[in-house]
Amino acid sequence: TMKRFRRHGTESQRDRLKQELFQFTKTVEHGFPHQPSALGYSSSLQLMAIGTRSGAIKLYGAPGVEFMGLHDENAAVTQVFFMPHQVELVTLLDDNSLHMWTLQSHKGLSELLEIGRFLLTGPPGYTDISVTRVTAVLTHSSGELLLLGTEGGHVFIVEVPGFRELEEMNISLDQITSCVPDDYIGRRNLEHVEALQENPVNSNQVAIGYGRGLMVIWDLDHRCAIRHIPATQQLESMWWTEDGSCILSSHNDGSYCCWTLRTGDEREEEEKSNVPYGHFPCKAINKIVQLPTAGGPPFLLFSGGMPRASYGDRHCITVIYSKTQVAFDFTSRIIDFFVTRDGPQHTVFGEPSALVVLVEEELVVIDLQTEGWPVIQTPYLVPLHSSAITCSHHVSAIPLKLWERIIAAGVVQNTQYSKKPWPITGGQNLAPDPPQRDLLLTGHEDGTVRFWDASGVCLYPLYKLSTAAVFSADADLNDNMSQGAEGEWPPFRKVGCFDPYSDDPRLGIQKIHLCKYSGYLTVAGTAGQILMLELNDEAAEQTVEAKIVDLLQGQEGFRWKGHTQLDVREEPVLFPPGFQPFTVVQCQPPAVVTALSLHSEWKLVAFGTSHGFGVYDYLQKNNVLVKCTLNPSDQLAMEGPLSRVKSIKKSLRQSFRRIRRSRVSLRKHHISNTNKIQEANARLEAEQAEMEMAPVQRKIEARSSDDSFTGLVRTLYFADTFLSDSSHNTPSLWAGTNGGTVFAYILYIPPVEHRADEALTAQPAKEIQLMHRAPVVGIVVLDGHGAPLPEPLETAHDLARSPDLLGSHHVLVISEEQFKVFTLPKLSSKMKLKLTAVDGSRVRRVGVAWFGSSRTEDYGESGLVFLTNQGDVHVLSLPHIKMQIRYPCIRREDVSGIASCVFTKQGQGFYLMSPSEFERFSLSTRYLVEPRCLVEAPLP
Amino acid sequence: RNMNKNHRVPSSRSLSAVEVKSKFGAEFRRFSLDRSKPGRFDEFYGLLQHVHRIPNVELLVAYADVHGDLLPINNDDNYLKAVKSANPLLRLFLQRKEEADYTTFGTDSLTRKKNTVLSAVLLRPDPNKKKPPVIISLPKDFRPVSSIIDVDILPETHRRVRLYKHGQEKPLGFYIRDGSSVRVTPQGLEKVPGIFISRLVPGGLAESTGLLAVNDEVLEVNGIEVVGKSLDQVTDMMIANSHNLIITVKPANQRNNVVRGGGVGGGAASGSSSDNGASYHGYLPHGAAAIAGPTHIIQNFSVGELESDEDDEDVVIEMGGEAETIRRTPSNYSMPSLPRYEPHLNLRTATAANSGSAFSINANGNLRGSGGSSGSLTNTNASSTTPSPDRAKERRNLEEEGTVITL
Repeated sequence: TMKRFRRHGTESQRDRLKQELFQFTKTVEHGFPHQPSALGYSSSLQLMAIGTRSGAIKLYGAPGVEFMGLHDENAAVTQVFFMPHQVELVTLLDDNSLHMWTLQSHKGLSELLEIGRFLLTGPPGYTDISVTRVTAVLTHSSGELLLLGTEGGHVFIVEVPGFRELEEMNISLDQITSCVPDDYIGRRNLEHVEALQENPVNSNQVAIGYGRGLMVIWDLDHRCAIRHIPATQQLESMWWTEDGSCILSSHNDGSYCCWTLRTGDEREEEEKSNVPYGHFPCKAINKIVQLPTAGGPPFLLFSGGMPRASYGDRHCITVIYSKTQVAFDFTSRIIDFFVTRDGPQHTVFGEPSALVVLVEEELVVIDLQTEGWPVIQTPYLVPLHSSAITCSHHVSAIPLKLWERIIAAGVVQNTQYSKKPWPITGGQNLAPDPPQRDLLLTGHEDGTVRFWDASGVCLYPLYKLSTAAVFSADADLNDNMSQGAEGEWPPFRKVGCFDPYSDDPRLGIQKIHLCKYSGYLTVAGTAGQILMLELNDEAAEQTVEAKIVDLLQGQEGFRWKGHTQLDVREEPVLFPPGFQPFTVVQCQPPAVVTALSLHSEWKLVAFGTSHGFGVYDYLQKNNVLVKCTLNPSDQLAMEGPLSRVKSIKKSLRQSFRRIRRSRVSLRKHHISNTNKIQEANARLEAEQAEMEMAPVQRKIEARSSDDSFTGLVRTLYFADTFLSDSSHNTPSLWAGTNGGTVFAYILYIPPVEHRADEALTAQPAKEIQLMHRAPVVGIVVLDGHGAPLPEPLETAHDLARSPDLLGSHHVLVISEEQFKVFTLPKLSSKMKLKLTAVDGSRVRRVGVAWFGSSRTEDYGESGLVFLTNQGDVHVLSLPHIKMQIRYPCIRREDVSGIASCVFTKQGQGFYLMSPSEFERFSLSTRYLVEPRCLVEAPLP
Repeated sequence: RNMNKNHRVPSSRSLSAVEVKSKFGAEFRRFSLDRSKPGRFDEFYGLLQHVHRIPNVELLVAYADVHGDLLPINNDDNYLKAVKSANPLLRLFLQRKEEADYTTFGTDSLTRKKNTVLSAVLLRPDPNKKKPPVIISLPKDFRPVSSIIDVDILPETHRRVRLYKHGQEKPLGFYIRDGSSVRVTPQGLEKVPGIFISRLVPGGLAESTGLLAVNDEVLEVNGIEVVGKSLDQVTDMMIANSHNLIITVKPANQRNNVVRGGGVGGGAASGSSSDNGASYHGYLPHGAAAIAGPTHIIQNFSVGELESDEDDEDVVIEMGGEAETIRRTPSNYSMPSLPRYEPHLNLRTATAANSGSAFSINANGNLRGSGGSSGSLTNTNASSTTPSPDRAKERRNLEEEGTVITL
């Protein structure tokens, strides 16, 4: 073959260069962990740990300090505990295994490593699994012992870090029952160990709380019970006050009790039983905490306890301090909470400073030292999915001026947050400052666009743009109802921002394009709306101009069966500082916008739907071009498939709401686990049976021009290139459709001095019908040097990026199946690379990136980065379209992950690994954003 | 494949005049043509309308060749052929186009009754000849539809089938599914996942060739093994190659395998022969060999072959100008373009001794079970291709079981 005869030297040289240019690394996960299941906190390390249902463990300290680990078992993490005053932590998984993790220093950086695992076997003779099923864990302050309470009611004592069972120290159920009066126990079982607490002032004493309600104080040294507390309600949690004088217990019926431990008294009197939201039956108080303050009454915090009938669906934590009581009402189920303390490090006896609450969908931190207990904005773990993400757009190297203006616009929006610094401060962030300012824009289902600082490890929210205000909405009433009225009981206060229930799916953002040089932004949505926005540092009241564009262009015999368009408000609207809309282009039919491109130098925006595309001149506020691409026989495109999708979504949403309302406390899931497994197995078997009966078939058929959605516009591209002849470059617009057609138009743009008044025209120049008819997903013009053309206005800001206009230009057409290079202006086919025909994968996402060599500062080259439907990322060389590297990146089953991927201009990428988390990866050896941090062991 | 053959002139017969006897309905006309200057077909057509005094009647022109077969005249090539081969009389049969019974050219020769209306039209020089009437479609509609290739290099249990789609209207017409097959490995028998043909669409290309059947295991697509690939991947590969699909299957029914005989066209006894590698060697591009890539195995079709010319025929339309196909910049391979024909009549036709055809065709029929055929010619008129409604329904009942999930 040709390859064989190629000189060996050039091959290996290229291979070496590839190694210098490309490497694949998954660097950091942004956002909020999917399905968190456990929370832990070390006051000495100032670190927080979150475990998830998929077996991940994530540690967070000061912004930028984060670690991630994954249990091999793939079982849910049910509990996380830091060993007191150490850098170790212990996790308990759903499968009853215990794991020891540590933060190990290596070359000045800390790494999270699993150093041991343990499965409690108990002494010989115990055969029942429930005997050793761990239900409660206590990490003893000595740092050497773990106390493990079990479902069978025993407490096993294990020496760490080696996980050695200390059999002689075990506290068996028999030992306990022998010291409790018969009249309490009767014939009833004490049930499992629900809680374990150490006496803060005497580490020899531990309190053991049993499910049935009984609490026993046990002396570890003397191995005997000292006292018992005969509560009669099902126990939910225990809290030993810091002075060691009291034990608080919380119960299943929504009550809590405070038991004073007076020396000498054998039997404790229940000081008071309190049902805070009483009269009617209440739900359980799941956890109770009491913290002293220096000069005043203590803080009392508890979760749950709501009146069952009226507010049983609320997820609340009540904070009581002096005469103030607030029931913080969260957006999803509470996983756990803790309170940070002020004061000298390594002590826990400081003033309560902040309440940190992990709920299923977000982390909420409440400042307890500022009047009104405001929320502190989180620098990480932000719920990206507070409204579902519908699209993303990445802009690299933002000019400082624009950056500052966006931040300023965001600051105005965030006045309700506490001014206090972030209370979790552990570890040191040693990562170098990011080399540039990067923005990630996410479009959401509720019509918002969120701007994130994506320069570093922390994906930090900068600014939120809402497009809903442009349109007259039917229902804005809900917000008024949410805030509790004066004197309401319980004293609710809504906190958190997770709100996935968009009332109008038409507002959903589908495409975003920001010009970083001019500050112009265009966003397009589900109902065919395209908004043009301009950054304004001042609030402004203005009327938004609406312009209807009929993409059907007289095609007759069709009736749009999808949703109606959104109505633009006719009266002036007051827009806050930030991006303010000045024009809405409304496509008719109001189908979802599928392609969008902005050229801020020419002041043009191009947009496309399943019916056609158009170009709008936002200076003269005129349509320059409208082209219908609809195949006359394509009824499906007319019907508006979204109407169906929408209805499915709607019903899903309703059923979720129902589930949410009816959800009961999921505690004690260890009991129902066997049921769940049986259920899952039955489901699996049913699925398998179904598979065998009706195997999935795939139709093998060539694509034809009659297929549905061939006219759907997939990509739009502006280019200053040679379309009419090889000596004059002209502005041009390129459009690619789902049916493998490329349309090219020459744009006539008047000279600057006449730009505002002379007419713009668009003239059809070329049309390519790709024979293989695969959807065109990208178009790139390569200049005389084979480099992709610069962005609009890029040359004006950086002369180094002037395109080569002397050599011959080429256009690279990227379909889902092939890459083809055509000469310009003749459009002769020059090169091609087949993808699907060879390996069956298809291009899903594509981008152009620049790769710098890791060896020498001055070498770099452009490459085409793409992601396939198999989840692999590839880099192709430009202009020769040769495969360079290929890495598996996303599971191919993860369709939404693949669809969400965006590439940066520096060869990095983001994709949604779950609805709430972006995985960040890099294909570049030079641009890596990853956590680099150090956590040092606390002084003894 | 090689239309040039049509132009070969039988030098022995270069008499100056050709006697023409033209029959339209019950009327005859006689006239003569200059054999050396017969003119173009459209002129001839005009002449026929003139001599029969039917200036505005659309005609279907046919002639009886030396074997007595009724062959159409509808272009310059077959007109020339008809004139050259007239010995010495050229007998023409004209029909009104709107009345013409197209089945003249397309009835299955084996089942056709001899005493149909049209067989009466046929003049037979030797009515005692045992040869059944050979029904041939219009030559301009001939094109390859499928072939078995690489018989010489594949195991006998495998079959490599090439389906020529050529932008015709007829669907490829098959479905694939996941399944498992048992393989012999050094460790013994092993159950491995595989891809299988699950359904043939009645009237589709796949069904009409008779070379593929339900439950055949798909081993390769255009030379690339499907092992380790998902159903979706294989689907996409097939669709991406749909204009020139070469699939290697292990037929579920192993009784009709091609038996390797002595050379090309051998194995007539077993009722099969093959359009095998030999016929492709002529196209092998210089320097082209097996495609790079780990999954490639030996095959007789080459890179150039896979990259069928049609694939490159993206259409570029210059606005204000004519549509033109994209010029391929000089490449390292060249393959004569396959003639592209309009879709036309119906039914599969197997024919022998088709002197006018550009393709060599073997005569053994192409129904699976009647002995695997190699080159089969198929027409695309959907209305007549579809089996009788009853039969179609019956088939659908059989084949459309199960949930069909399409992409």
